[in-house]
Amino acid sequence: MKRRTLLAGAAMALGLAAGAAVAQDDKTKVGFIYVGPVGDGGWTYEHDKARQAVEAEYGDKVETVYQESVPEGADAERAITQMALQGADLIFTTSFGFMDPTINVAKKFPDVKFEHATGYKTADNVSVYSARFYEGRAIQGHIAGNMTESNIIGYIGSYPIPEVIRGINSAFIHARKVNPDVQFKIVWAYTWFDPAKEADAARTLIEQGADVILQHTDSTAPLAAAEAAGDVIGFGQASDMAEYKDGPRVSSIIDDWAPYYIERVGAVMDGTWETSNRWDGIGAGMVGIGEITDRVPEDVKAEALAMKEAIAAGEYHPFTGPLNKQDGSQWLAEGEVASDETLLGMNFYVEGIEGDIPE
Amino acid sequence: MIRLEKRPQPSRVWRLATPLLAVLATMIAGGLLFAVLGKNPVEAIRTIFWDPLFGEFAFYYRPQLLVKGAPLVLIAIGLSLGFRAGIWNIGAEGQYIIGALTGAGVGLAFYPLDAWFVFPLMVIAGALGGWAWAMIPAVLKVRFGTNEILVSLMLVYVAEQLLASMSLGLLRNPEGMGFPGSRNLNDYAAGSSWINQNAGLHWGVAAALIAVIFAYVLLNRHMLGYHIRLTGEAPRAARFAGVRPARLILFCLGTSGALAGLAGLFEVSGPSGQVSIDFNVGYGFTAIIVAFLGRLHPVGILLAGALMALTYIGGEIAQGNLGLPAAAIQVFQGMLLFFLLAFDLLTDYRVRVTRSEVA
Repeated sequence: MKRRTLLAGAAMALGLAAGAAVAQDDKTKVGFIYVGPVGDGGWTYEHDKARQAVEAEYGDKVETVYQESVPEGADAERAITQMALQGADLIFTTSFGFMDPTINVAKKFPDVKFEHATGYKTADNVSVYSARFYEGRAIQGHIAGNMTESNIIGYIGSYPIPEVIRGINSAFIHARKVNPDVQFKIVWAYTWFDPAKEADAARTLIEQGADVILQHTDSTAPLAAAEAAGDVIGFGQASDMAEYKDGPRVSSIIDDWAPYYIERVGAVMDGTWETSNRWDGIGAGMVGIGEITDRVPEDVKAEALAMKEAIAAGEYHPFTGPLNKQDGSQWLAEGEVASDETLLGMNFYVEGIEGDIPE
Repeated sequence: MIRLEKRPQPSRVWRLATPLLAVLATMIAGGLLFAVLGKNPVEAIRTIFWDPLFGEFAFYYRPQLLVKGAPLVLIAIGLSLGFRAGIWNIGAEGQYIIGALTGAGVGLAFYPLDAWFVFPLMVIAGALGGWAWAMIPAVLKVRFGTNEILVSLMLVYVAEQLLASMSLGLLRNPEGMGFPGSRNLNDYAAGSSWINQNAGLHWGVAAALIAVIFAYVLLNRHMLGYHIRLTGEAPRAARFAGVRPARLILFCLGTSGALAGLAGLFEVSGPSGQVSIDFNVGYGFTAIIVAFLGRLHPVGILLAGALMALTYIGGEIAQGNLGLPAAAIQVFQGMLLFFLLAFDLLTDYRVRVTRSEVA
C-alpha cells in the first residue's frame, strides 16, 4: 500500500511537471490507443481520421500521439500508462477490451481525463462514448433482406457482446420485415481485426449459400472475399470502404468520431470537461450511411433513405414492438420502444434467429 | 559456387559471442530500417534499449520488465529441457491458457472467501492444468508414436476455443452486464498473485527465478539432467546408458506443460487479472525464441528473457513517442532471431567460395 501511494505521489508530481510544461507551450496533449493498425480501412482508420480532424481544428494548440495494434488485456494498461506518463491531458481508448485497463490507469492519474469507447464503466475522470450502430444496421438489414436471392444472409460477428448482438438483432428484424423467408447464418471470429480469419469466415458463409455478407469486424477482407466469390454483396463496416464500390459494396455504416473528439478536446482546453456517457446515432451525425450504389433497386434505395430520415428525426426507433425474444416470449408490446438500458446489456436474440449466442 | 563446410571444432569464444553480435547487428540493421522510415535511428535505438532502464520514467518501466519477462523465462525454461533432448513442445501457448483457466477456475470457485489457502490451491491447479494439457501429446507420442510438434501445436487452437467458451460461459462475471470475461482477480486479495504491484513483483517472477535455479541444478548435477543432455547429443549412446525414452518424453513434456500452466496462472491472477477471450498474447510462442536465444541454458534464458522484455517495452515506448509503426517493432524483433541463427550457422560452418569445375 505504501508503494502505491509512492507511485501516486510520483504520478502527481509528474502531473504537476506536465502541467507546468503545458503552461509553458500551452499545448494540450491528446493520446489515442488503437486496437488495430491505422491502415485497417475500418474501425481504427476512422478513429485516426478523427484524430487528424482534431489536429486540423486546433492546429498548434494541440499535440496528438497514438499507439496502434494494442492488444486488449494486460499490455493495454502499460500503453495507456505510458501515454499518461508522457504528459497526455486526455486519452481516448478506442476498443471495448480497454475498459478495465482504462479504469485502472485512471485511478493512478486523477488529473488526466480518459474517454473509453463502447464500454460501461465510468469514473470522475473517465467518460464513455459509443455510437448507435444499430440504427445503421436497420437500414443495412432492409437492403440485405431485399437483395438476397438465396434468402441466406451471412453475418460475421466479432465478440458476442451486447453491441454486436444489438447489430445482429437490428439487421435481422428489418431483413425479416421485407422478406419473411430470410435466414441469418452467424459466424463468430473472436477478433476485431484479423484479415485472414475474417476472409475465412466470409468464404465459409458464402459456401453455405449466403449471398449477402454483413460484418462486425474491422477489415476489408470480407468484401474482398465477396468480390472473389462473384455474385455476393456486402457493406462497408465502420468506414465507407469505397474502394469496393464498383464491386460488392452496396452501402456502408460510417462512424464519424470527429465532432465528438473535437468537442471533448475543446472541453479539456477550456476546463469544462466533465465525465459523461454519450450515445449518439444518425441524428447527431455519429453514424453515417455511405452512398447506396446502383446495384440496389431504386425503390429499395428510396425506402432505405426514408428510414434513415425517420431514424435521424427520432420518428422511428429500430427496436419498436411487437417484438418477441428468440424463445417466443414477449419482449416489446405493440408500439413499445426498447429502453437504452435493455439495449446496452442486450444478451438475447430476437425471435426467428437460429442458433445460440456462444457460451 | 558457395558451399557450407562444417567446422571441425567450432570456436568456444564465438559461441559465447554470437548472441551479443546478433544484438549489435540487429541494432545496426534496425537502425537502418528506422532511418528509412524517416526516424532518427540513434534516438530510436536509444528509446528501445536505454529508456526502459534509465530513461525519465524508468521507475515505471523497470517493474514492467519483470512483468513481461517472467512468463517468458518460466515457459522457456520448461521448453529448453525438452528441446535439449529433441522433444519439441510447440504448444506451450495452449498449456499456458489451460493453466490460467484451471487456476483461475479454482480461485473463482472460492470467491469471495478470504483464506490463506486459496492462492496455493490455485497454483497447484494451474500447474496441473498445464501438465495435463501437455500429457495429451506426451501420451500419444509414447503410446502411438504421434508427432508431438503437431499435436501440441493443434491443441493451442483447442485451448483458445475453450478459453472463449469459459469467458462467455462458466467463468463469466455474473455482475459483468452480459459482457464476456470473468471477475477481476485483482479485486480479490486472496486470489491475487501480486506481491507488490508497483515493484512489478508477483509470484510468477519468483517462480521464474526458482525455475532457473532448479533447471541449472538439474542439468548440471542430476542424473536426469545428464540423461536429457545425452539424449539430445547422442541418442544411441543414451540408449546404451540406460535412458528410457518414454519416461524422458513424459517428464520433459509434463514439466514444460506444468511451467507454462504456472505462467498462465500467475498472469491471469496478476497482470491480466481476468479470464477473457484475448487473454493469451503469444508468450508461449515467444518463449521458443527466448529458449533458443538463451542457448537452451538456464542462465542464458534468463538473460534472453530480459532482452526480449526490453525490446517489447522499449518497442512500445518507441511506438508511442516516436510514432514508429507496430509492424516495424515486430520486424526488429524478428531480426534478432534471424541474426542469431545466421551467426550460429557461421560459427558451426564456414562459407567457401569455390569455382565450379567442369568435369
